[in-house]
Amino acid sequence: MELLINLTINGLATGMLIFLLASGLTLIFGLMSVLNFAHGGLFAWGAYSGVWFYSLTGSFFLGILGAILTGAILGFITEKLIITPVYGNHVQQILITLGFMLVLTEMLKVVWGPNQIAAKVPPYLAGSYEFGDVLIIKYRLFIIFVGFLIFGIFQYMLQKTKIGLVVRAGVMNKEMVQALGINIKRVFLYVFMTGAALAALGGVLFAPYSGVIYAEMGFEFAILAFIVVVIGGMGSFSGSLSAAILVGLAGSYMAYYVPALSLAVNMMLMAIVLIFRPQGLFTAKG
Amino acid sequence: MMKTLLKVEELHTHIGQYHILQGVSFEAREGEVSVLLGRNGAGKTTTLKTIMGLTPASKGTILFEDEDIKKRPTYVIANSGIGYVPEDQGIFADLTVEENMKVAMRKEDDATLARQEYVLDLFPDLKTFWKKDGGHLSGGQKQMLAMARAFVHESKLLLIDEPSKGLAPIVIEKVMEAITEMKKSTTIVLVEQNFFMASRIGDRYTLIDDGATVHAGAMKDLIQNEELKRKYLGIG
Ligand SMILES: Nc1ncnc2c1ncn2[C@@H]1O[C@H](COP(=O)(O)OP(=O)(O)OP(=O)(O)O)[C@@H](O)[C@H]1O
Ligand SMILES: [Mg+2]
Repeated sequence: MELLINLTINGLATGMLIFLLASGLTLIFGLMSVLNFAHGGLFAWGAYSGVWFYSLTGSFFLGILGAILTGAILGFITEKLIITPVYGNHVQQILITLGFMLVLTEMLKVVWGPNQIAAKVPPYLAGSYEFGDVLIIKYRLFIIFVGFLIFGIFQYMLQKTKIGLVVRAGVMNKEMVQALGINIKRVFLYVFMTGAALAALGGVLFAPYSGVIYAEMGFEFAILAFIVVVIGGMGSFSGSLSAAILVGLAGSYMAYYVPALSLAVNMMLMAIVLIFRPQGLFTAKG
Repeated sequence: MMKTLLKVEELHTHIGQYHILQGVSFEAREGEVSVLLGRNGAGKTTTLKTIMGLTPASKGTILFEDEDIKKRPTYVIANSGIGYVPEDQGIFADLTVEENMKVAMRKEDDATLARQEYVLDLFPDLKTFWKKDGGHLSGGQKQMLAMARAFVHESKLLLIDEPSKGLAPIVIEKVMEAITEMKKSTTIVLVEQNFFMASRIGDRYTLIDDGATVHAGAMKDLIQNEELKRKYLGIG
């Protein structure tokens, strides 16, 4: 029982980290059909800058804020410099964002050195809670909490605010949104910056979770996030949460029970979804 | 003579490798309903899309209030006072009627809300389905929502693409009434295959064939010109 609970908590926490990456990716794709393979680089930048701010200020909270800010600024630069010239051209997008992913990764090494860096859980989030005879690691619960919090905030914004409505409308029909007088490129810049900030948040949260950070840390998560975008339905924010949890849990259970399959399982999930529900598991309409 | 609000001259549009528009010219005079006519595939929809900047023109001029808007981005064109009701209505399916209106509203001040009330009085059905998803509306309701959305600001010019398409006669009647009311305060460019409807509310016509203007004039002259109607519209 304890094992099952811990595998579940573990899977949920990983799922939330994937969600933070995937939610931005899915809106970026849904709104402008932009494939951003540099997203994992923003995740790593979030981790590095967050750990740096944390060590500088001694406050994990400020570390998180620093990461979010770094992500948003990098998002702004990425959108203006890298994405804008290649709108509408998927092949160029893949090439240039993959290239930029490498640049981001190398820049990390230039700024913070090529070696792994240790990342600590802040004291007040260290240790475990005891529920009867089940021990649950506090920090994992914290990640899960933040994940749901972010989901709640953004779900509210998408449903209840004008900018949220415009984003949802843009995912459905971006020509019409423009014909109604909305500068969709500007909206997209905001969405891109927000997506980058969320990826960076994922990175800084992941740092103490894994204990070390390294420049290539974004690659694996970015792949999982792409799988989640496909499973959840491109452009579906709530779909990306459900799919991220599914992928997180599947990875966690498989890693324990059928370790040989733990990497393949998500690929298989994606393949099955692509075959039977290409519009995604959690979208009502195509 | 009434002032020319929109003047389209020798418009050419390429979509991919296809040369779709090959010389469309027409003008819309203030306060009038100008109808674009022509068979399926003639280029009527593309003409409206090109004016909106959705399929950019490769050649020609689009003068709106004497300024060439050809190179402007779509949202700037819309904000300069042109409302667009596309052929497929462009309803945001997962948004409610209310939310569809909200996306169109640039402000939510008292004046805009009052304007919305006025527009909704033109299409009372919409109030009944206020909280319903756009995707669940009937064809007629979608058409009305698309027109209301385009008219929630005092547009100087409305581009309406085949509003009667696929609708029952009784619904067409409602749509026509609404257009007649809208005409009192704005200028309209209408694409309409239903000649009965076109002839009733149109002031002037432009015949488009194979991507180019072939004829233009006053609607009352076209009504009597059996030859033109037979040749380009397949009627009469
Ligand atoms: N995206 C596109 N790619 C290629 N060809 C296109 C595209 N859009 C339109 N066309 C072609 O351009 C021509 C004009 O199309 P358009 O939709 O403007 O005609 P229309 O007069 O509105 O016709 P209808 O009465 O059927 O609505 C057609 O031959 C059509 O096949
Ligand atoms: Mg058409």
